[in-house]
Amino acid sequence: MNRRAFRKLKNGMFLSLSLVATLTGLACLAAILWTLISHGVAGMSWHLFTQMTPPPGSQGGLLNALYGSAVMTLLGILIGSPIGVLAGTYLSEYGRNSGLSAAIRFINDVLLSAPSIIIGLFVYELVVVRMGHFSALAGAFSLAVLAIPVTLRTTEDMLNLVPLGMKDSSAALGAYPWRTTLSVLYPAARSGIVTGLLLAVARISGETAPLLFTALNNQFWSTDLNAPMANLPVVIFQFALSPYKDWQDLAWAGALIITLTILLLSIAARVLLAVLQTERGAG
Amino acid sequence: MAIIDSRHAAKQLIYERVFRGATLSAAILVLLILGGVAVSLVRGAWPALAHFGFRFVTREVWNPVTDEYGALAPIYGTLVTSVIAMALAVPAGFGIALFLTELCPPLLKRPIGVAVELLAAVPSIIFGIWGLFVLAPVLQRHVQPFLIEHLGSIDVIGKLFKGPPFGIGILTAGLVLAIMVLPFIAATMRDVFDTVPAMLKESGYGLGATTWEVIWNVVVPHSRVGIVGGIMLGLGRALGETMAVTFVIGNAHRISSSLLAPGTTISSSIANEFTEAVGDLYTSSLIALGLLLFIITFAVIAAAQWMLRRLEQRVAV
Repeated sequence: MNRRAFRKLKNGMFLSLSLVATLTGLACLAAILWTLISHGVAGMSWHLFTQMTPPPGSQGGLLNALYGSAVMTLLGILIGSPIGVLAGTYLSEYGRNSGLSAAIRFINDVLLSAPSIIIGLFVYELVVVRMGHFSALAGAFSLAVLAIPVTLRTTEDMLNLVPLGMKDSSAALGAYPWRTTLSVLYPAARSGIVTGLLLAVARISGETAPLLFTALNNQFWSTDLNAPMANLPVVIFQFALSPYKDWQDLAWAGALIITLTILLLSIAARVLLAVLQTERGAG
Repeated sequence: MAIIDSRHAAKQLIYERVFRGATLSAAILVLLILGGVAVSLVRGAWPALAHFGFRFVTREVWNPVTDEYGALAPIYGTLVTSVIAMALAVPAGFGIALFLTELCPPLLKRPIGVAVELLAAVPSIIFGIWGLFVLAPVLQRHVQPFLIEHLGSIDVIGKLFKGPPFGIGILTAGLVLAIMVLPFIAATMRDVFDTVPAMLKESGYGLGATTWEVIWNVVVPHSRVGIVGGIMLGLGRALGETMAVTFVIGNAHRISSSLLAPGTTISSSIANEFTEAVGDLYTSSLIALGLLLFIITFAVIAAAQWMLRRLEQRVAV
């Protein structure tokens, strides 16, 4: 075989391998979605949204878990996102080039990929041990800690995209930076910041590990933030590993609900970002 | 005619200070969180570390009845599952990034890219139940018997494939982890490949190089730091991943030479045992495991960020 043919063969071989890798990745996504749908649809019924998690061997739903997940995710976002947005504002508007900002950016990126179970242990030590019992509040708090890095990062990136001219115009009118930020920068970066919030909701609503020893779980309906609260991820964890068929079916149905929610949120965030970019391009 | 109202100006200045102060405290809070994580883990782990000393990381024993705890088996499981995951996910992620940047028809580039990113958004618990109920039975029935029969009798590597096919175990956990970290590695590498100037690639093609030769001799050397950064980021994920592993690892506190045997990892030990742990020493030992995980992942992620940052600076210049 001459050298040219060998080079072509090698080229073809590696390029085919890259195609195979891509197809494998897509196949994994398809396989997971297919499993969720085929197992989850069987368990789908109105009972899911009207009844509580049952004891083994009887009919039931996921109402308390859905409620608990919604409450803790919402609280987590309400606590975490203002901190993330404000900190992102500082990095973008006040301390863009300072050493402190560089350190905060670095630490934030580390927190962004830190194992969530570590955050769970932190909140356990900080809140659960002090209060003496597990609680929904502790769960929401650990989710807030996970939401901060996501919102911080997107807020900073989006504020950096606002054209400098807008900021200068505002300053030329005599506005202080706080006024410029609230009246000019935030409205201009609004859809970008909302994207960050959606991504943060998507990130924390499927988190299981940090809830295991903060919110724990609760078999019954509870709205008390000071007591353990049921939540979808931990219910899926416990029910999927149980030997009872009813519980496993509920776990699959819960898994389908949670995955669809998160995928829809992620897609919505991307669509919003794409709209933002075309607006920018047109403007 | 505008008259400068000194009261108005003073008020504006106060608002400005308040707003600036609020953003600064939020930013500093991020530093405090990381500091708080470190302090609370050290405090929680202290009783176990003081009691066992350095032996904590060198012993395999994990016995709640006699209150003897050693972290060697979870450390071993964490490292081995992550190594398996990286061995599979790095070449595959490289392939996907290469496909997306160099081969993919422009029309498909965005949908496939989004699909890969969506795989990254699937929560880890979903990978866990999928691994347990779908992947593990397939491995048990088809893959593991094959490995035992064909590789089990070979001299050195045969030891890795001995024993009955459980389905769950170290190998399965590594495989699930590989699928989990694949999108992170692929997406980072794609972004890194995109930073290679088109002129460099075109120069390669102009010299008559094939696509692969351009990739291997131009794109890869140019983005080496970023590639390593992406790999380290994936490794950080794999080391700390909890729920997906907890479902399929088998939760056995022992080190066995076979990859088919059940084992445990740091994160899955904590997830499984923490709420059931009775006694201060038991709880403290689990937190000490968490501290070890924190130190390992912090080092890996920090190194990854440092490398990706170096690349960004180079691109900016």
